[in-house]
Amino acid sequence: MKTTITMVTAALFTAMLVIGCGGEPKGRSGARSDVQEAALATYVAPGDLDEYYVFKSGGHSGQVYVYGIPSMRHIATIPVFSQYPATGYGFDKESKEMLGSFSWGDAHHPSLSETNGDYDGRWLFISDNANNRMARINLRDFKTKEIFGPIPNVSGNHCSSFVTENSEYVLAGSRFSIPLPRGTYEKVEDYATKYKGVVAGIAVDSKTGNMSLGWEVLMPPFNYDLGDGGKGPSADWGFWTCYNAERATGKLEVTASQKDRDYVVAVNWKEAEKAIQAGKFKNLGGAKVIDPKDAEGVVYLLPAGKSPHGVDVSPDGKYIIASGKLASITTVFNFEKMLTAIQKKDFSGNEDGIPVLNYDSVKEAEVNVGLGPLHTQFDDKGFAYTSLFVESAIAKWQMGTWEVVDKIPVSYNIGHLAAAEGDTKNPDGKYLIALNKLSHGRHLSVGPSQPESSQLIDIGGEKMSLLYDAFTEPEPHYAQIIKADKLNPIEVYSKEENKHPKAIWDIKDAKIMRNGKNVEVYMIAVRSSFEPWKIEVTQGDKVTVYLTNIEQTTDELHGFGLNEYNINVVADPGETKTIEFVANKKGVYPFYCTNFCSALHQEMQGYLLVK
Amino acid sequence: MQRYLEKATSFFEIPIDFRSRLLIIAAAVLLVPTYVLPLWNMTLYSNQFPDGLSMDIYSYKLEGAKTPNRDDLKEINSLNHYIGMRPLLEDDFTEFKWIPFVIGGVMLLALRVVVFGKMSKLVDLFVLFSYFGAFSLWSFYHKLYLYGHELDPTAAVKVPPFTPPMFGHETMANFEVYSFPGAGSYFMAIVPLILLAGMWLSRKSWINAKRTTAA
Repeated sequence: MKTTITMVTAALFTAMLVIGCGGEPKGRSGARSDVQEAALATYVAPGDLDEYYVFKSGGHSGQVYVYGIPSMRHIATIPVFSQYPATGYGFDKESKEMLGSFSWGDAHHPSLSETNGDYDGRWLFISDNANNRMARINLRDFKTKEIFGPIPNVSGNHCSSFVTENSEYVLAGSRFSIPLPRGTYEKVEDYATKYKGVVAGIAVDSKTGNMSLGWEVLMPPFNYDLGDGGKGPSADWGFWTCYNAERATGKLEVTASQKDRDYVVAVNWKEAEKAIQAGKFKNLGGAKVIDPKDAEGVVYLLPAGKSPHGVDVSPDGKYIIASGKLASITTVFNFEKMLTAIQKKDFSGNEDGIPVLNYDSVKEAEVNVGLGPLHTQFDDKGFAYTSLFVESAIAKWQMGTWEVVDKIPVSYNIGHLAAAEGDTKNPDGKYLIALNKLSHGRHLSVGPSQPESSQLIDIGGEKMSLLYDAFTEPEPHYAQIIKADKLNPIEVYSKEENKHPKAIWDIKDAKIMRNGKNVEVYMIAVRSSFEPWKIEVTQGDKVTVYLTNIEQTTDELHGFGLNEYNINVVADPGETKTIEFVANKKGVYPFYCTNFCSALHQEMQGYLLVK
Repeated sequence: MQRYLEKATSFFEIPIDFRSRLLIIAAAVLLVPTYVLPLWNMTLYSNQFPDGLSMDIYSYKLEGAKTPNRDDLKEINSLNHYIGMRPLLEDDFTEFKWIPFVIGGVMLLALRVVVFGKMSKLVDLFVLFSYFGAFSLWSFYHKLYLYGHELDPTAAVKVPPFTPPMFGHETMANFEVYSFPGAGSYFMAIVPLILLAGMWLSRKSWINAKRTTAA
């Protein structure tokens, strides 16, 4: 008996040791086949291309990052609001003029241009939260072509950029209400009465993409936070969320979180256009601003709890989904019911002349998604995906039944999420990216300043599955995902396309022209020399170099770096750039090709000789 | 000897068979594509250019493959300048002026053969055309030789003088070079064969003529 007990105990003890001490390595706790599947799903073999482009905003880096799905590789950076010496952005005359007096911008939400509610691959818009501007990137050559603004009266362009269904307008607005027009001084204690916000539509020319002032609506001093353009039945409307209906100042984390409900702002932009045409506007700061008191039917408020952050219109345009970041529910508003409430004047109040619709009359459902809901994206099977910041997860729920069907944890603290073709009338499903705010512990430690995290999630099946952790420069807020075959960028500028008035194409035409203190250098860069290679000037001369890269082969870039004059300009194949500087330092200053071009790249140099 | 010469002369006097004349018209028609189809193609493959840098030689122009992202002829010239080879420029080749002229002339001569119907005209045409073909091939080879041997002595990369391949494959530095006739050349090559067939089909007339002389 004793021996049996000893043997059994010994056996049990050994078994526990074996089971306890074995175990999978950290991070591989899934079944082996899950890891293999995820690896295969994200592997893009050498020489192969990704399926989707991802355009991520760069946040306060001021740039846009281009990634590929499913590899999640960072392919390129498109400079927008900040200098970027790697491509010479912000050093040549043309880009310097675009940047104006600002050397950075806060780029939050990119928005691909749409035609009929689908991404058409023409432009990418992105707003500047810091300096109230809007930029347009041309997707034919992935270059920033226009920076519009600072937009009059818009203060803190955060609830931007969001396009209407046919890119008629890009939506904008004020996150930080100020006294208007900008430049007016009022005590901050008078915030509730003397400070004003605006929501705006910046007009986009349908042929050139050039932006101009459209309409603005004068709003109470709330903080206008996010937005989305309507689709289908709601295509004539633009929506924004706002918080701080308390009209508070001071410690906003407390003072702006007192009320149970803030608002979704609904603007009928067709009515706004009509109001402008009918002259029902004030000229404020150079823009046409509609006062809701003078123009009925332009703007309405829908109560939304609590401190709503994201607003997203469903692909069929029938539902407007707003998430209260301090609540645990996401509210689904019914667009039809909204129109009915407006018609029946079913109002529960009024803010500075703007009717507040009765919550129960416009609400369709409250979905119990989880803690800290923010933004919602959609797939092709009628499901919605809402990001949960506080809970650090994503909830998948069904449109119509309003039931949560799945949840996946994210690492960590997700802000926005982006689905493939997610803002369109026809999302692709398949992929979802979680744009997380914290990445600690998920990568090799790089010290206190950490990158952001982007996690690729497979949403093709019933349950979501995490495929990949990618890390980005600080700091993407939102992204746009478009099918790769919708874009067909050029990689070489043909002679016909180069409209620079001082472009030259033959080495015979390279020359230096002098007119008093003005020196104009017509320079050619081609493998592997500069022509002319010698620039002789007198101290104080104003030098302008028109640099043409006459290569006609892809990837043959040439740079122009001038020693100690703080200049680095890069010309793409077929491109001409204008470089302006004053030769204020005398002596001899070498210049050289900075962008590697050929076997004899080292020999590609010249001299600036300043007498 | 005299008898042989008389025989030969009578051969040149024979009329050309009707079927031969049709063949000769066909030969003239087959020369039309040689205007527009490439006569020769050279393609250079390397690690950097897995799809090959390609250039076509036509009767009237020199053209490299051109896509929005690459101008092959410009790229070949850019790469060649490192070894000191003269750039390939259409304007440097007089061939592009006289080849189309000669082809037109041949077509007219072919019509002349059909109209006059004498074997001597056909033999003239055959000899002239063969001479034209042989001269063109020699001229092409000669140009290749010159361009590969007359290298700029100050070139950055010194290579021993060479002749780029005219027919077939050769490895030149990091490039695999393939040089082959284009579609147009095949049409050109058939013509002398058709002319010979035309002569052959007229042999009945020659047999009759021999009988007459013998008699």
